[in-house]
Amino acid sequence: MKKMILALMATAAAIGFTGVAQAQGKLKVCWVYVGPVGDFGYSYQHDQGRLQVEKELGDKVETAFLENVAEGPDAERAFERLAREGCKLIFGTSFGFMDPELKVAAKFPDIKFEHATGFKTAPNMGIYNARFYEGRYILGQIAAKQSQKGLAGYIVSFPIPEVVMGINSFMLGAQSVNPDFKVKVVWVNSWFDPGKEADAAKALFDQGADIIVQHTDSTAPLQVAQERGLHGFGQASDMTKFAPKSQYTAIVDDWGPYYVGRVKAALDGTWKPEDRWEGLKDGAVVMAPYANLPEDVVKAAQETEAKIKGGWNPFTGPITKQDGTEFLAKDAVAEDKALLGMNFYVKGIDDQLPK
Amino acid sequence: MRLELVKRPERSKLFSALSPLIAFGLTIIAGAILFSLLGINPLTALGTYFIEPITQVWQLHELAIKAAPLILIAVGLAVCYRSNVWNIGAEGQFIMGAVAGSVLPVLFPETIGWWVLPLMLVMGMAGGAAYAAIPAFLKARFNTNEILTSLMLVYVAQLVLDWLVRGAWRDPQGYNFPQTVQFNPSAVLPELFPMSGRANAGFLFAVIAAVLVWFMISKTLKGFEVRVLGQSPRAGRFAGFRINRMIYFAFLLSGALAGLAGISEVAGAIGQLQPTISPGYGFTAIIVAFLGRLNPLGIVAAGLVLALTYLGGEAVQSALGVSDKVARVFQGLLLFFVLGCDTLINYRIRLVGSASAAPDVPAVVTTAPTVEAAR
Amino acid sequence: MDVAVSILLTIATAATPLLIAAIGELVVERSGVLNLGVEGMMIMGAVGGFGAAYLTGSPWVGLLAAIILGALFSLVFAVMTLTLATNQVATGLSLTLLGLGLSGMIGTSLVGLPGARLPNLYIPGLSDIPVLGRLFFSQDPIFYLSIALVFGVSWFLFRTRTGLTLRSIGDSHSSAHALGIPVLRYRYLAVMFGGACAGLAGGHLSLVYTPQWVENMTAGRGWIALALVVFASWRPLRVLAGAYIFGAVWIGQLHAQAFGIPVPSQFLSALPYVATIVVLVIISRNKRLTLMNTPAALGQPFVPDR
Repeated sequence: MKKMILALMATAAAIGFTGVAQAQGKLKVCWVYVGPVGDFGYSYQHDQGRLQVEKELGDKVETAFLENVAEGPDAERAFERLAREGCKLIFGTSFGFMDPELKVAAKFPDIKFEHATGFKTAPNMGIYNARFYEGRYILGQIAAKQSQKGLAGYIVSFPIPEVVMGINSFMLGAQSVNPDFKVKVVWVNSWFDPGKEADAAKALFDQGADIIVQHTDSTAPLQVAQERGLHGFGQASDMTKFAPKSQYTAIVDDWGPYYVGRVKAALDGTWKPEDRWEGLKDGAVVMAPYANLPEDVVKAAQETEAKIKGGWNPFTGPITKQDGTEFLAKDAVAEDKALLGMNFYVKGIDDQLPK
Repeated sequence: MRLELVKRPERSKLFSALSPLIAFGLTIIAGAILFSLLGINPLTALGTYFIEPITQVWQLHELAIKAAPLILIAVGLAVCYRSNVWNIGAEGQFIMGAVAGSVLPVLFPETIGWWVLPLMLVMGMAGGAAYAAIPAFLKARFNTNEILTSLMLVYVAQLVLDWLVRGAWRDPQGYNFPQTVQFNPSAVLPELFPMSGRANAGFLFAVIAAVLVWFMISKTLKGFEVRVLGQSPRAGRFAGFRINRMIYFAFLLSGALAGLAGISEVAGAIGQLQPTISPGYGFTAIIVAFLGRLNPLGIVAAGLVLALTYLGGEAVQSALGVSDKVARVFQGLLLFFVLGCDTLINYRIRLVGSASAAPDVPAVVTTAPTVEAAR
Repeated sequence: MDVAVSILLTIATAATPLLIAAIGELVVERSGVLNLGVEGMMIMGAVGGFGAAYLTGSPWVGLLAAIILGALFSLVFAVMTLTLATNQVATGLSLTLLGLGLSGMIGTSLVGLPGARLPNLYIPGLSDIPVLGRLFFSQDPIFYLSIALVFGVSWFLFRTRTGLTLRSIGDSHSSAHALGIPVLRYRYLAVMFGGACAGLAGGHLSLVYTPQWVENMTAGRGWIALALVVFASWRPLRVLAGAYIFGAVWIGQLHAQAFGIPVPSQFLSALPYVATIVVLVIISRNKRLTLMNTPAALGQPFVPDR
């Protein structure tokens, strides 16, 4: 027993020392992830961004992260822990962290907070997101050119605006090539369940789709496509090595440049809470190398990519809603606010949007 | 060489007291080995894991927040398991309690008054109990295995909650994001010591529930019934106790407590309904129940220890970069060691060399010991 | 026709891991032991199988590793519940917890690596027969193994002496003990068989179903397997039927969505679970049938008296 007490005391001392050692000079930057960094999808990509910060600014900053943090009361504790452990800039990477992060931000006015995919801000809390829908427009064009049957299968997680906006953008892209293009939608009610995503892909292929699009994070649908000799698009990261013969391209979330930029701003004192919604132009969304495509399709895709980088918005009128009412008049461009709250399909999608 | 158990003539008081300490000691040793394998100084790691989280006041609050639902649910489960009713679906009852309790603040957000919160809590308990009544009914009426039905209902409850917060109950001002409106102040649980942290009345409920259930089990006739039916259903029947009534009693009580935990969580730490409101409290509470040896007072301690393993897991993650999986491994190990050490209370362990092993045929046939629910 | 065949194949792939894990658990429960750690053993098999396949480059080695790891991991449960006579429900739950945690730790470096898929069978001639060839002669090897397991276990339990002994232990360990049967030895072997099957089922996930490793990739399938055993009232052939019915409902709800049936997707997702409950109720209403097949000593610890 005595030994144990001694050991405990020694430990307590050890913690004390590490605490002091960490306080020397470096800026501590921290991340909170909703999933495991091992999901090879959403959280993994955020962690790649963190690693890039370490690589480029490792001599000036140190980083830490908490993974697998459940949305709910655990989230508030996670942010509070990081704030108290000396993190000076904290990124919350999931929508469900919004209110907990806001509460903690109010408690620690000297610490800088950033929240991905949300809409609430504070004097020391900014928000950021990426315009993934820009990439989905390009996917739509490729799908319409490549599909023999004019039918794509679309695997989706949850009907939040980000996902709905993606389906719409994809469809607008496809309709720009083939006005009669059809899409079948399957909701798997999960961001990440390889088995279920694979099953959904098989079901969609069996119902006649020959191209698969996914807004879920696992590589399983592409692997199914490869097995069947059909094609699809990667999501969140470049999934080429899982389906070298089947991936046309992928929408890659590249958070690295954004994180590096924000950390630099924090280092030189220019950090302000902002509402940043970056896309292809800024490098936050990157198209993986086009592959398994004829040259003219690649060329068209690159042209569209350049057009979007030049400032063109895929949500440019005329656009009609599914119920026939007008969303945008000719040449009108959608406001960000309308996109962020999008809860309707555009015309031509047969699916019923879950309410 | 092999191990053999020899039954003690009576429960060992010594090991009854020592067993949790030995188990905790073994967990620490296993933890030290684990951390060394990961290439981390085990002393630093263990200190960060088990001590650092209880040295700061705000973390004590967090400990209470984390422990409250675990204790509430586990206390109810203890009654189930002691009476041989296997409710594995507390997670679903937790969710349905939260849903039922939220009807008022979500559908009538303008309602204000002192009675709002008590009514929510009652509705939460009713919701949890009603959901638990399904497997109870199926068990009592059709003899359907309650482990599986209660478990399947967890998935259903999660999907119902998901459907509500993404559809009918969605906050109209929330950009279609899946969450309800924030509860108004009269629908939020008061914090206990708002100056130093955010622990709320939920922890108070947990402690009160534990004391009441402890009293019920050890001092009342109903408690006697629970214990008798748990140890020997046949003896219980002879004593005139009805098994079906016990099934309903255990399920409704544990469902109500899980429901209370659910609405307390939503009206306390979260403040609104979301697609995920529980990081698996209903399942973790099963461990808490056994860790506390199915004794409500032991469960209070066990709930705090388990809450500590979560907080500690986060501490080593952010301070030392250790994977979050370490917390799960610790919980599993701790429970293994506790279960194993508790064997020492009823049995002595003897090493038998293969040469001296007696033939496997016993001289006298005795009846097998019945399940002792208290372990 | 082609579509029907490929839907059937999809169902078979979805049903196979459930079937294998459930058959293993059936043997365990027939011996009177309830191991709720199926999910944990399955995920260990999945990570072990993928890891071994990646390191050696051979999915066959991976398959073997999955089986061995599942059996080894179940040994932990066996030592606890059989030698130390701990509560089986609690021990099984901790095994699941430990498995989910350990697999995540072991698998950290395996995330994001493409895996090799076990090749499908190809028998010249037979595999080329229209429809039947695709259905019966060109699936993955584990599919055939799963079918063989069902009939093998059925034959073992009801046609061999050892099987009879195992069942008698599950019905009354004290009488079996009185007859001089080494109860614990039988139960050790049964638990390890269950572990090996769960490991194999996990291997199917990471080597055939979705050839990759990700955390929590079993996604609750171990629990479904447990439900299937009760659903089947401890009869191997009914496990086969149950697994395929469950697989069909599972795949069916995805097809229903793709057809655009206007029902909230959450309800369709809940369908397999509700269906399981309904079937459980129907099965257990017939008390005579259930009682006849339920191992009477299920879940009770046994300590040999001397």
